[in-house]
Amino acid sequence: MSSYLQIENVDMTFTKGQKSSNVLRNINLKVERGEFISLIGHSGCGKSTVLNIVAGLLKASGGGVILDGKEVNEPGPDRSVVFQNHSLLPWLTVYENVALAVDEVFGRSKTKAERHDWILKNLELVHMTHALHKRPSEISGGMKQRVGIARALAMEPKVLLLDEPFGALDALTRAKLQDEVMRIQVELQNTILMITHDVDEAVLLSDRIVMLTNGPSATIGEIIHVPLARPRMRVDLVDDPVYIQCRAAALKFLYERHAAPATAVG
Amino acid sequence: MLAGIALGVLIGQFSWAMKGLDPIFQVLRTVPPLAWLPLSLAGFQDSHPSAIFVIFITAIWPIIINTSVGVRNIPEDYRNVARVIHLKNVRYFWKIMLPAAAPYIFSGLRIGVGLSWLAIVAAEMLVGGVGIGFFIWDAWNSSLISDIILALIYVGIIGFILDRIVAYTGKIITRGAAA
Repeated sequence: MSSYLQIENVDMTFTKGQKSSNVLRNINLKVERGEFISLIGHSGCGKSTVLNIVAGLLKASGGGVILDGKEVNEPGPDRSVVFQNHSLLPWLTVYENVALAVDEVFGRSKTKAERHDWILKNLELVHMTHALHKRPSEISGGMKQRVGIARALAMEPKVLLLDEPFGALDALTRAKLQDEVMRIQVELQNTILMITHDVDEAVLLSDRIVMLTNGPSATIGEIIHVPLARPRMRVDLVDDPVYIQCRAAALKFLYERHAAPATAVG
Repeated sequence: MLAGIALGVLIGQFSWAMKGLDPIFQVLRTVPPLAWLPLSLAGFQDSHPSAIFVIFITAIWPIIINTSVGVRNIPEDYRNVARVIHLKNVRYFWKIMLPAAAPYIFSGLRIGVGLSWLAIVAAEMLVGGVGIGFFIWDAWNSSLISDIILALIYVGIIGFILDRIVAYTGKIITRGAAA
């Protein structure tokens, strides 16, 4: 039985002149529709490379990715990405940033009025309708990331790829956005692949946490299932035994068995 | 100007164009504008189009070079966004490339305008008959040193105003892009 998203035997070797370095080795992962997967590992282990391969922005040296029965070989709106640094176009307003994606993806299948409504609906989902005509430089980092999420959701992706979406935000804003993502996830039942280096974030948001070993030649070390019921409440989870157990398992993996190599810290 | 931007986009976007054309540009760029004047006079047989040609040949190099730098410096993130939403060719050019490179294009234009003003005043001295350059030369021949000083101030101020006009236009058009 084939899964919704399959990452099969993915190998990645970067070659630069005479030197080549094997970053990923034998990555295998099956993701079901509607699942929320976190990819966690120390910095430099190749998490982002995995995401970029799924996104189609990078081509794997070996193996491949199959989404909904089709092989991935180029980037596309069915695998929309929320980039770490939001990547909004600074010369466009909030509305126009989302509109650029919507017009490009649904230019043929939706009328102008439908697209307009769709843009507003997505911006409403992330509570950004108050700043439609502001430029990215006029809104806060958290708001930019909201717009980035709205833009990605507006493409109606089969998989939503989040590349350390909250990494650049302060702790309070991050918590708020995590709650929003959970709410949206309950509402839309998206399939999500998220990169993070935050254990709490991973446990709170995910159905499964995929942990990568340290590079070079990183591979999947362990997968933790997080059997917590949804919707999850941050405050209630603090002393939930299942939460504590998952968190401990992740921490053990990251800091005992696969402690960051001295060179890769930072 | 359009030719400059077009060529700049070409060598900024495609490395083969860069490799092939850049040495040619670097050679042509160092030819002083006035050295083109006799050739263009011979070609056009008239001072007016020759002057325009001299302006063109002076202004085009900084525009080409700045545009190509601007296009090469489009952040990877913007390119990735375009790839994910399948924004290609003409739409990519208008929606991403041009706005992202606009600040560079305008600094090229500013340099170009300044250089053309230098070249055209000098050209007027040589060609004669019209313009502030001719006025300066004429004043020299009539030993009117005070007129020359006045004319120099005038040339400087016009140059300054031209620069400000381009800078201001650039500021309006590239609003937000630099942020």
